[in-house]
Amino acid sequence: MRQPNLSAWLYVTPLMLVLVPFFLLPTLVVLVASFFETDGFGGLLPTFTLANYADVLTSAQTFHLYVATLKFAVLTWLFTLIIGFLVAYFLVFHVRNQLLAIGLFLICTIPFWTSNIIRMISWIPLLGKEGLVNSALLGVGLIREPLEVLLYSGLAVVIAYVHQLTIFMVVPIFNSLARIDKRVVEAALDAGASRLDVMRYIIIPMSKSGIALGSTFVISIVMGDFFVVKVMSGGGSASVVSAFYENVGVLQYPIAAASAVLLTVVLIAVIALILRVVDIRREITQ
Amino acid sequence: MTVALGEADMAMVRTRRVPAVARGDRRPWTFYALAAVFTLYVAALYGPMICIYILSFQDIRGGLVFPTKGHSLHWFVDLFTQVRTGDVKGSFDRSIKLAALVTVVTLVVSLMAGLAFRRRFFGDTFVFYLMIGSLVAPGLVLGLGIGLLFQWLGINASWYTSALGAQLSWTLPFGVLVMFAVMSRFNSVWEEAARDLGATRWQTIRLVVIPVLAPGLVAVALFGFTLSYDEFARTLQTAGSLNTLPLEIWSMTLNVTSPSLYALGTVTTIVSFAIIGGCIAAIVFINKRRGVRAATH
Repeated sequence: MRQPNLSAWLYVTPLMLVLVPFFLLPTLVVLVASFFETDGFGGLLPTFTLANYADVLTSAQTFHLYVATLKFAVLTWLFTLIIGFLVAYFLVFHVRNQLLAIGLFLICTIPFWTSNIIRMISWIPLLGKEGLVNSALLGVGLIREPLEVLLYSGLAVVIAYVHQLTIFMVVPIFNSLARIDKRVVEAALDAGASRLDVMRYIIIPMSKSGIALGSTFVISIVMGDFFVVKVMSGGGSASVVSAFYENVGVLQYPIAAASAVLLTVVLIAVIALILRVVDIRREITQ
Repeated sequence: MTVALGEADMAMVRTRRVPAVARGDRRPWTFYALAAVFTLYVAALYGPMICIYILSFQDIRGGLVFPTKGHSLHWFVDLFTQVRTGDVKGSFDRSIKLAALVTVVTLVVSLMAGLAFRRRFFGDTFVFYLMIGSLVAPGLVLGLGIGLLFQWLGINASWYTSALGAQLSWTLPFGVLVMFAVMSRFNSVWEEAARDLGATRWQTIRLVVIPVLAPGLVAVALFGFTLSYDEFARTLQTAGSLNTLPLEIWSMTLNVTSPSLYALGTVTTIVSFAIIGGCIAAIVFINKRRGVRAATH
């Protein structure tokens, strides 16, 4: 058994040469910095203090930031899950021509490979005060004055997130749905199950792993994001990471590091909760 | 995301496609409802993007919202000539170079890691979770960590050192996950046959493994290039004094209020589409040539 270990490690060495200096060490650096003091000019004094954590944990602002971030995360998760599931289900179970299904699937994935920032700002001409949505609503007489809540608001933030992240639900759910043996569904129907029963007892349980994987992506991205919140809320809302960004901007590295460590702990807890449903490694490598 | 193309069509081939829900030729009402949802989704996906492409072709009177005012290439010219919009040309140049570099490294490293992960080995779970951690870590936090690390080591941050590493920590997990999907279709019998026929390890990889995996490797390259080309959060703290294109766009969103912002969006999307189209065409071409060969032999 020694031989396969050695050659396998040779093959993953380049991967480790990137992950260790650019993921593992920086993470440890942030952890260490969270116990340091700042000299006020961007330098760090190597001491051991828990003051940064005390500051972060006792400030009322931290609590509000987490509530705001979790609110965005939950709303985004809910909408991406519903839309993502319906889209994936349609592609797998309703599109009969296989080539067409792959083509439509590609249409859904192509925006993933284009710029997030551009896709986000592309909502401005639609949602703005003089944007298309307002003009249309004014035109048909549904409203008398342009709606201000469309852009630079919490609503705009959620729209931008759902726009960007639904694909992270579609792909894993598509994969798990495509693996369902259609004969199982046929058998259930032959045995007298209603279509609702098929959905409840076969489709949803068997797509659980895809849903868990998609949820992990969506929640970790929303909780780690700051630029959608910053641009789309127009400065009105903040998130945990946008506050972190402000701290970095004024060179308050230790406080920023402490709040980053806290965020990581919360994120790991949330993901661990999701992954209790599914063995992610078996799911991905099988 | 990752397990995208390859596995998707593979899974569909594996299970025979019997229209399960609709029996006979009449579609149930849910088909029409879901088709409507799907159409709306695609419209919402592309609609806003198409709006800014249209708005970027206005003339000098143009604004940020509809209705459009005239047609011209004014804002594209403005983009590359005006100094006040920043160093668009330089950042574009850097982004392409960086993305090419990231693509090459991602390809080689992901292929090697994919080969390693076919069998279990001591410490494989550790490597796997390190990779997943790197994938889901908040980009800005990781960027700060890399920035501080470079500061402590006394190395200057720049786009071809710290930003390159920061982007690899993001593209490599994606690349390796795509390789997992690709590898699950790879039959190691071919490799053993090559070795039985006396091929060296390197010959086996070069003459058997790489050609067989070619379409999957194109997909890995697509991920490597586009994820690097559009990467923002991890690059922000690590690029040093010179901007990459997404950083340039970011600073434009904060201070430019003319359609040149949209023009830049159009230009960068054209580049992305060219890359995506090229990769998909390459995959289709390789598969087609294989089909012809299989038919003639």
